[in-house]
Amino acid sequence: MKLAYWMYAGPAHIGTLRVASSFKNVHAIMHAPLGDDYFNVMRSMLERERDFTPVTASIVDRHVLARGSQEKVVDNISRKDKQEHPNLIVLTPTCTSSILQEDLQNFVDRASTISDSDVILADVNHYRVNELQAADRTLEQVVRYYLDKARRQGNLNIALTENPSANIIGIFTLGFHNQHDCRELKRLLNDLGIEINQVIPEGGFVENLHKLPKAWFNLVPYREAGLMTAKYLEKEFGMSYISTTPMGIVDIANCIRQIQERINTLSSVLLNKKFNYEPYIDEQTRFISQAAWFSRSIDCQNLTGKKAVVFGDATHAASITKILACEMGIRVSCAGTYCKHDEEWFKEQVQNFCDEILVTDDHTEVGDMIARVEPSAIFGTQMERHIGKRLDIPCGVISSPVHIQNFTLGYRPFLGYEGTNQVADLVYNSFTLGMEDHLLEIFGGHDTKEVITKTLSTDTDLTWNSESQLELNKIPGFVRGKIKRNTEKFARQNGVTEITVEIMYAAKEALNA
Amino acid sequence: MSINKISETLTFECETGNYHTFCPISCVAWLYQKIEDSFFLVVGTKTCGYFLQNALGVMIFAEPRYAMAELEEGDISAQLNDYRELKRLCLQIKKDRNPSVIIWIGTCTTEIIKMDLEGMAPKLETEIEIPIVVARANGLDYAFTQGEDTVLAAMAHRCPERDLLIGRKQEIKEKTAKEFFSFHSIETHQSIKKALDKIPLVLFGSLPSTVASQLSLELKRQSINVSGWLPAQRYTDLPALGNGVYVCGVNPFLSRTATTLMRRRKCKLIGAPFPIGPDGTRAWIEEICNVFGIKTHGLEEREQQIWKSLKNYLNLVRGKSVFFMGDNLLEISLARFLIRCGMIVYEIGIPYMDKRYQAAELTFLQTTCRKMSIPMPRIVEKPDNYNQIQRMRELQPDLAITGMAHANPLEARGINTKWSVEFTFAQIHGFTNAKDVLELVTRPLRRNNNLENLGWTNLVKE
Repeated sequence: MKLAYWMYAGPAHIGTLRVASSFKNVHAIMHAPLGDDYFNVMRSMLERERDFTPVTASIVDRHVLARGSQEKVVDNISRKDKQEHPNLIVLTPTCTSSILQEDLQNFVDRASTISDSDVILADVNHYRVNELQAADRTLEQVVRYYLDKARRQGNLNIALTENPSANIIGIFTLGFHNQHDCRELKRLLNDLGIEINQVIPEGGFVENLHKLPKAWFNLVPYREAGLMTAKYLEKEFGMSYISTTPMGIVDIANCIRQIQERINTLSSVLLNKKFNYEPYIDEQTRFISQAAWFSRSIDCQNLTGKKAVVFGDATHAASITKILACEMGIRVSCAGTYCKHDEEWFKEQVQNFCDEILVTDDHTEVGDMIARVEPSAIFGTQMERHIGKRLDIPCGVISSPVHIQNFTLGYRPFLGYEGTNQVADLVYNSFTLGMEDHLLEIFGGHDTKEVITKTLSTDTDLTWNSESQLELNKIPGFVRGKIKRNTEKFARQNGVTEITVEIMYAAKEALNA
Repeated sequence: MSINKISETLTFECETGNYHTFCPISCVAWLYQKIEDSFFLVVGTKTCGYFLQNALGVMIFAEPRYAMAELEEGDISAQLNDYRELKRLCLQIKKDRNPSVIIWIGTCTTEIIKMDLEGMAPKLETEIEIPIVVARANGLDYAFTQGEDTVLAAMAHRCPERDLLIGRKQEIKEKTAKEFFSFHSIETHQSIKKALDKIPLVLFGSLPSTVASQLSLELKRQSINVSGWLPAQRYTDLPALGNGVYVCGVNPFLSRTATTLMRRRKCKLIGAPFPIGPDGTRAWIEEICNVFGIKTHGLEEREQQIWKSLKNYLNLVRGKSVFFMGDNLLEISLARFLIRCGMIVYEIGIPYMDKRYQAAELTFLQTTCRKMSIPMPRIVEKPDNYNQIQRMRELQPDLAITGMAHANPLEARGINTKWSVEFTFAQIHGFTNAKDVLELVTRPLRRNNNLENLGWTNLVKE
């Protein structure tokens, strides 16, 4: 048993449901007790989905506990088959149902003989994998199922497309800025003269999956989900994949160069020509994206050597660390991830770009690290944002888990050249603005009244004399409020109206005693 | 029109139980805030934890007095000793927070692996010297607010025994309270009041402390003294219970607690409608007074006064139709109040219907329908959300009271919705808070008035 207050990655079935509900016309049926369909709330609320989430539960209740599900699961599957006519129904076990050890595969086999839809059982172990790993597996399972089916039916089409083309693998519902990233990637590939063969799973149809091998290569933008599918396709069909995340000027260029290499090996044979993307990279880097110019500008100069902490999923934490360290000259004191299963890769990625590396899924460890390091800004998840609030350190959110404000209506990709602009804005706005910071240092803070009270009107009967005000300003921002409150409380208790430095010290002593 | 579809009598139906609701462990969210010296330990899996952290939003960051005892593979396969593991965690909780009580919330997983929480608790309790209360608030048996019911039922066992009345026990047992007071009726008003003070009345149901004191005050106006609340603000202040203590529920989902109080603690249950809406509040007070043989005074005026103050809201809701999808068991009382406000209720979905515990409320619903000359709504127990959505398509209600899973999709199809969970967290009890209920109910309607004539009510391609 583990005493836990909060977790970064959800349980396995969430990953499976994210895959299922990302595809079009796929329905998931959870074998779960009442109340476990919380996924529907998240999708409806966070993504502001207009459509009913295609997830229902086959309820596990007392009767099921006593007698087994019997006909219930099969009935629910065939009922959903008639109601919605999905292409595929994914039976999703939950942690509860997996300890019941019912033969769900048997239900699936029976149901698939009577329903028009395909039916599969998501194959994930709830006690060994988390949401992200489960999503990775389920996506591979679905792809494998349809490619095997196509092969059996003889309509597998492995002839490459006429022009260079790519599959984008790993765009999910409830993914961090995934929709925007997808649009940006499509634009990038379009600029490079590469057609999009398929995007999976978001918005894809399972009946088109048999056309996946027609693409010239696969692009896997995020490490968390999609790699298993890409590896499967490589093994079965010799399709190469690119897993460099195109985030930040340097890695976008790396990614594009890898694409160029892949395409040229094929195009020199198939089309008898070669692609050269170097002029495009140069043009975009220097003139279209603003990020390269920003890193040269005076603004960014003020960020030089400032301390930052990065924490998030492996993909985003690694990329942001590299951007901060290499592209903006910011000192990353600590880079960390909660993707413990991907520890090795993460360490290798950020090794020379930060002072220390933290791999943990315990948010209190992250909080302690931030309190110890005292960075000028944090780049993390929703949890780090709250830690930052408590410590009075600004935070930019760069990774899941996130809250509704990170499902923006406006266009905010993190990937591609537009992504570099967004990231630059996020980083710059998270630090106290450069010139303001400079002036604060010279003049010892904002208007003194504001520093002390944080409100613009005086609502206390106590006055701080000039020395004590000065003394208060020397105290680091994140404890200043507390010291002030304690001192005032002490002063009131002792009937003092003017606070002097002596009173401050007396208060401090009184509290320590 | 579609209204013809609605039956003329109160009909009960039962569907498939494929509906969306919160897991009953969500009760820790409001109970840990209510019982200030408690600590809730949810013994379950990542799934439970994920639900809690997402459903409770920002509350998680205020160093809550609840945590998960997250079961790992070793716990499931019994490689680890449950008792030792729980002891380790509870000692840590004692060290970090030092609560007056630890409440173990059993979940689906502990049910399935048959973890003997009730057996372990007394042993561990003596070992670590903190009371441990066990409540099985799991999704196998219960829905949403019923979680509170399981916790309060478990807590009812921990209330001290009331022994003050032992001498009078016989007397009270033999006579009804009414007789008891008529016997005294020649005496002065003062002495009646004194006698009343000695008949203990304990109210059960967790309410924010302001609402609890509002209700206590309403009863005080009728010279009834509330001797305690289950739960109290602190675990150490649990009310005394026992033979001769009268109890009355303030929420419709507390049937297990009511049963426990009657059968195990020998209390007398006052079956009344629930104090939701001015009509409900009045009926609730009247029923309590009736049991105590007291003639109410000024109650009717008070109710009228509240209705008068609601006039602006009533103008908005009159004649509008409502559809309750059902997920928190407040549905019957809310529907009854809304019918009294002049609304038409097509369907009352409800997870579970205890016809005995809610008897007075159901009768009240019927009389309200007759009074307002409105067809009786159908009551659908264990509803099927899919079927309900089909029915809603046909009925096109002006308002659907529904869970968050369906709210946005329904809005996109031009059906106004109000999240049902808000009724659980808002203050809706007593005269004072009737306005808050209507504030919630009319919000989508008022929003519509603001956005009228823009021409984009339907936002899906179908």
